[in-house]
Amino acid sequence: MKNISFFQIQSKSPLTNMYMGSTLLSIAIFDVFVSSFLSVNITSFLPQNISTFLPLIIGFIGLGILRMEYTGIRLLDKVNKNINTNNFNAFLTLLIIFVVIKATPPALSWMILDANISGDSKEACTGTGACWTYIKVWFRRFMYGMYPNELHWRINSAFILVIALGFVGYFFKENLKKYLALYYVVIYPIIAFLIIYYLISGGSFGLVWVETGAWGGLSLTFIVSFFCLIFCFPLGMVLALGRRSNLPAVRYISVGYIEFWRGVPLITVLFMSSVMFPMFLPEDFFMDKLVRVIIAITLFEAAYCAEVIRGGLQALPRGQYDAAKSLGMGYWKMHIFVILPQALKLVIPGIANTFLALVKDTPLIFVVGLAEIAGMLALAKTNPKWLGFAMEGYIFAAIIFWIICYAMSKYSYNLENKYKTER
Amino acid sequence: MNNKIKRILPQLLTILFVILIFGFFTINAQVNMDNRGIDFGFGFLKQEASFDMQFTLLDYDGQDSYGWAYVVALLNTLLVSFLGIIFCTILGVIIGIARLSSNFLIKNSAAWYVEFFRNIPLLLQIFFWYYAALRALPLPETAEPWFGVTYMTIKGYFIPAMIWENLNIFVYCLLASFISIIFIRNYAKNLQEKEGKQLPLLYISLAILLVVPGLSFLLGGVTLNFEMPVLKQLSATSYTYDGGIGLPPELIALVLALSLYTSTFVAECVRAGIQGISKGQKEAAASVGLTPNQVLKLVIMPQALRIIIPPTTNQYLNLTKNSSLAAAIAYPDLVLVFAGTAMMQTGKAIEIVGITMLTYLTISLLIAALMNWYNKKIEIKEK
Repeated sequence: MKNISFFQIQSKSPLTNMYMGSTLLSIAIFDVFVSSFLSVNITSFLPQNISTFLPLIIGFIGLGILRMEYTGIRLLDKVNKNINTNNFNAFLTLLIIFVVIKATPPALSWMILDANISGDSKEACTGTGACWTYIKVWFRRFMYGMYPNELHWRINSAFILVIALGFVGYFFKENLKKYLALYYVVIYPIIAFLIIYYLISGGSFGLVWVETGAWGGLSLTFIVSFFCLIFCFPLGMVLALGRRSNLPAVRYISVGYIEFWRGVPLITVLFMSSVMFPMFLPEDFFMDKLVRVIIAITLFEAAYCAEVIRGGLQALPRGQYDAAKSLGMGYWKMHIFVILPQALKLVIPGIANTFLALVKDTPLIFVVGLAEIAGMLALAKTNPKWLGFAMEGYIFAAIIFWIICYAMSKYSYNLENKYKTER
Repeated sequence: MNNKIKRILPQLLTILFVILIFGFFTINAQVNMDNRGIDFGFGFLKQEASFDMQFTLLDYDGQDSYGWAYVVALLNTLLVSFLGIIFCTILGVIIGIARLSSNFLIKNSAAWYVEFFRNIPLLLQIFFWYYAALRALPLPETAEPWFGVTYMTIKGYFIPAMIWENLNIFVYCLLASFISIIFIRNYAKNLQEKEGKQLPLLYISLAILLVVPGLSFLLGGVTLNFEMPVLKQLSATSYTYDGGIGLPPELIALVLALSLYTSTFVAECVRAGIQGISKGQKEAAASVGLTPNQVLKLVIMPQALRIIIPPTTNQYLNLTKNSSLAAAIAYPDLVLVFAGTAMMQTGKAIEIVGITMLTYLTISLLIAALMNWYNKKIEIKEK
């Protein structure tokens, strides 16, 4: 777009232009600011339509006057280069600034100034703003579901243990490094499963049994996504190798499996786990609902995992395969010692993204009656003592998920950059 | 010999494994169904459904069959997907281009938009719009009209309905104008390749599109009237709008959430596509004397679209699959009506969940096949 300005005033010195333009711009911003924060309309003497659009017009003219080729004044040049390159940009700039100024006071007063957080019942919420008391009272439920309050330390300590064990790999000595993959793919999942099972379920070592129906809240989100990730990874690896195999039967079965699960929505898979699985299992065989859901999501997610790993396998140069074969390695030896260690390193960012999608998908288990955070919100929303706080609940859950997902996406982005430079 | 065994044995084992699993499931399913007195079959599709649907595109009531309920529910799913795809494309393209803007504020607002809507689970977004945001709308009796004739209320969005006379003539005219536009485009392409002349295609197409259907109003006896929504009192305190079309809040919440969520992914595809074109292309095009518009139309867009379209179709597919979250807010889509209500009533879990999954699978595979064909077609053929 060309730098055509209808308001360009040809003046000898850029300083005159600058003073005129910035005065007009400040008048415009001041007008919006006053009407938004102090609710005083200083142009109320004008007809309503003109009064609404006046700051936009004045600001637009101001930016038009400010727009100059090069002045040598650093701030002005920066403004012109970044937010004021042409009429269209200037208009959008003003629009964004005004919308932000207009939206700040209502949001601020609802979220903070008029909000309540004291007390422990609905009556404490007297202001017109948000009722954070609701979140405070229900906080434990949102985090731990219906798990008994006095036993929450068990969930916390189980999580701390599992996370700590996840970092053990960093401290492996050089001579143990070759077992790293073995540790993460086989040993770690088993240990983690045992920890979660014995500590959170209880039932032995003097711990009270807590049935999975009582699990819930954000901790259930973590449990489900954690197990699905560690189980879907090996399965996805097998499927990815199967899809690249030169044996037709193996290849077609893998392709069929992957395309089937990628083609159906997760919600139908969950429906399947809750109504179809019991039909497919022997009659006297009981399987917990949570276990069925984890199996279903694992089968589903394995297909996506397989595609990510296949990407890594394809990215390896042909020479790696040839070199391994020329050393006389067989199929398995070649893959375990040469191909997979390199390919898996390549796919770590992709796996992180899959995990991110998995975490975002877990609220869906709500549809089969497991009360993770979305389910707990639905429960709290219909509690007769706490009617009418849906907004606060969803905003709270959204903030939590946003922080988790944003942090993870930034982390996977960093990983991507890190591995990009290393190759 | 040894080699042959090495090739055949793993395949046999895999096939055996798959057959064993399927056999195990089938036998168990048979035993379980015998014990519960359920028989396998699709005869139920002809039975009377005897449940109502709150929002339908075709005529449906409780006396219709399960098969018809399936069709109506599938149409509802397709409606949500269609609307979602349109809105997410519009939003996604705008945001994607905005992320490449030279304006610092626009670039960052677009980036934050993407980060914001992408990182909140879709289900929570649907819940937010349905249970929190749309519940804050005014009641029908106090609603102010939007654009003069439409009403956004807590009970849904009420818009005027179009009442056509001789609609078929109008549709024929529309089709005829589309076909003639295609012919003219081909002719113009030939003309350009032979003589280097360019026709003002855009104006010609627009003119045909306006004139031919317009003529059908004057000569073909086509008329178009609008039926306005009118406030109607149901009881002492309850009002609603009568006449016109009422879009239920479930549909609005679903389309809003789906299009806002998916638009972030579309935006990233668009951005990646435009960034994927090297600067040299632009400079080379400018140096052979093309105008900026021609550079965009003839050099940048054809190449960028090649990068943009495949991942974007993938996102459309995701949107269609995600539209099944409708079940969570009771919008009568395929999953809620068929895999929910119909399954409760008939108890035919295997058949119904099977049909539902196959339906989605068919849609996915069809679009994937279409995409592969398209990719083959636009592939750069190196000489």
